[in-house]
Amino acid sequence: MANMRPDKNPMPHQDPQVRACNFNEVALGYTREQAIDEAQRCLNCKHRPCVSGCPVQINIPEFIAKVAEGDFEGAYQIISRDSALPAVCGRVCPQESQCEAKCVRGIKAEPVGIGRLERFVADWHNANAAGKAVAPAPNGHKVAVIGSGPAGLTCAGDLAKKGYEVTVFEALHLAGGVLVYGIPEFRLPKSIVQKEVDTLKELGVKVETNMVIGRAITIDELKEEFGFEAVFIGSGAGLPKFMNIPGENLKGVYSANEFLTRINLMKAYKDGADTPIQHSTRVAVVGGGNVAMDAARCAKRLGAEVYIVYRRSEAELPARAEEVEHAKEEGIIFKTLTNPTEILGYHNPDDPRDPRNGSVAGIRCVEMTLGEPDASGRRRPIVKAGSEFDIELDCVIMALGTSPNPLIKSTTKGLDTEKWGGIIADENGLTSRENVYAGGDAVTGAATVILAMGAGKTAARAIDETLSK
Amino acid sequence: MYRIVKKRVLNPTVSLMEIEAPAVARKAEPGQFIILRVDEEGERIPLTIADFDREKGTVTIIYQVVGATTEKLNHKEQGGFLQDFVGPLGRATETEGLKRVAVVGGGVGTAIAYPVAKKLHDVGCHVDLIVGFRSKDLVILEEEFKAASTNLIIGTDDGSYGKKALVTDLLREQIEAGAKYDRVITIGPVIMMKFVCELTKKYDIPTVVSMNPIMIDGTGMCGGCRLSVGGETKFACVDGPEFDGHKVDFDEAMARGAMYKDFERHAYEEACNLFQQEVK
Repeated sequence: MANMRPDKNPMPHQDPQVRACNFNEVALGYTREQAIDEAQRCLNCKHRPCVSGCPVQINIPEFIAKVAEGDFEGAYQIISRDSALPAVCGRVCPQESQCEAKCVRGIKAEPVGIGRLERFVADWHNANAAGKAVAPAPNGHKVAVIGSGPAGLTCAGDLAKKGYEVTVFEALHLAGGVLVYGIPEFRLPKSIVQKEVDTLKELGVKVETNMVIGRAITIDELKEEFGFEAVFIGSGAGLPKFMNIPGENLKGVYSANEFLTRINLMKAYKDGADTPIQHSTRVAVVGGGNVAMDAARCAKRLGAEVYIVYRRSEAELPARAEEVEHAKEEGIIFKTLTNPTEILGYHNPDDPRDPRNGSVAGIRCVEMTLGEPDASGRRRPIVKAGSEFDIELDCVIMALGTSPNPLIKSTTKGLDTEKWGGIIADENGLTSRENVYAGGDAVTGAATVILAMGAGKTAARAIDETLSK
Repeated sequence: MYRIVKKRVLNPTVSLMEIEAPAVARKAEPGQFIILRVDEEGERIPLTIADFDREKGTVTIIYQVVGATTEKLNHKEQGGFLQDFVGPLGRATETEGLKRVAVVGGGVGTAIAYPVAKKLHDVGCHVDLIVGFRSKDLVILEEEFKAASTNLIIGTDDGSYGKKALVTDLLREQIEAGAKYDRVITIGPVIMMKFVCELTKKYDIPTVVSMNPIMIDGTGMCGGCRLSVGGETKFACVDGPEFDGHKVDFDEAMARGAMYKDFERHAYEEACNLFQQEVK
């Protein structure tokens, strides 16, 4: 008989006031007792609606049944049939709009904490059962993977397990893509990403960092000169958007990408780090997605008072509810229905050499109301007349989304892309170029880790089918 | 890890390093840059490619010790290793169809002017290479400059070597003496490039500047290197580093370049203290 308690086992967390001053992981994970208790809430439905909510169709009821029995390694084996990065997805997947949104228990009360269970299982495996992966016998085929984010890592792992000689090319000095430069330590500890990369290496995958494909080597050269029979492009969506309002190039205006890269990849938050970051007094983060929440919570941890400035209302915030809630608990101030029109600069008329000249002094905003739904289905924000007001601050972070980097497109003849830069790929990930596949944010524009992982898996399957013919 | 094949001190604060980096050397072109990290904890800094040898698989960089990272770099010796070295990044200098060019460099920027001058000179372009330094003891690469130019003009601020003149004065002299330039290419401190551009604008000579702003990834990801060119925001790392000098907002670039000045000065002092302790 299932455990019919209506609510989920709550996730143990670091106290908000404590965690707002450190970069350690916020969510602490279930204990084994909590995990078993939560697993017993699953009804093991015959029609398994949760599975249809999962982008990679993990056999959720089956793994949860193993957790309920206390067979955690068994549960891990079930998850890892479909997911390459369970410790990552258990932390950053938007379960509330995927598997958990379909959970029957969620109709009348809270759904089963599927994400929390996935995380528990993956962490248990990493701590207790992870042996060294063994590289299979090589099958004689060479595949290049561009980018070491979730799409690339997954594609590389799946192919390596089948004996392909896989080389992953990463532009930065560290593998992991958005998992290392974008998502902060307090949401996804970097040791977890490193573990995934190490596992790939054990499987025989070569990881070449500091390689900017399109500059150092083109895709055509990978195929013609370096002997790669197929190429997977998982280069993500790294190009930051700005608002094109006055003052955006003032000192103290960051793209979220820059701000987060300095903190996460370059560890600028640590005392004595070589990479600088501005320690601000008051910060506005413009945008309402997960990246905006990450940037805001990082700025808070560096000691600032932080505002989220978002032009729609709270209901439309694209960020996960959990992230919004965590941000609020940590003291982030939400200015919704607010849109910046100008970033105000500091200028000392008496001293042209004042070092503060050209720095951010504030942000000018207007209040918004919501009108009729627009093309995206969300209600269109409209400026409220005469509502202009200024907020005094010294740092603005633009978190308005990102688009795919044009470098590969511009250096690969015949690679078709959408107008906005996304690479065009069919349902198998195949692009307009023979044996060149693509997936993840490079194709869809900024999306989720799990969708990128799914695309990496699909392409790996298609590459295997083509090359093993 | 990337091996330092050769290190040569050019003047008291400027040194040259030839780095073994075949993947970078394979494609490097004048005008492009690399990003390096000295050690595992190091920051990423961009440096323009000063020379390259495709056969040896090496890339030459020339740097001036200005902060903590270049100080750490300078403590590396021949045979040592750099943690990371990525490139070539940015767009190469466009040299096609140019008949007569003035390449104007200042200080350590002259090192970056060198490969551009060399390439133009190699393809038969008439190159007036105008280089300026503060004083005689800071003059670098004179032999190389001679070999890469039709006409080498050296100026120093204090008159201790060559002519006592700023590069802008030297360039104006050439223009007024009748030199007809298809293009002026200028590389050096932002303030110098600004004044070169003000001069060439008067004479309506197309002018290219090489910008070296603060950067992290160098691939278009962070936007830290953005600058205003003709009212539009451009990323130096992917749209540049070379831009139409008559359109660049130099004042904004200078302000942005000074963003971490306090941090840098502090880090530099700490690095110096650290190295002094090691010497004891």
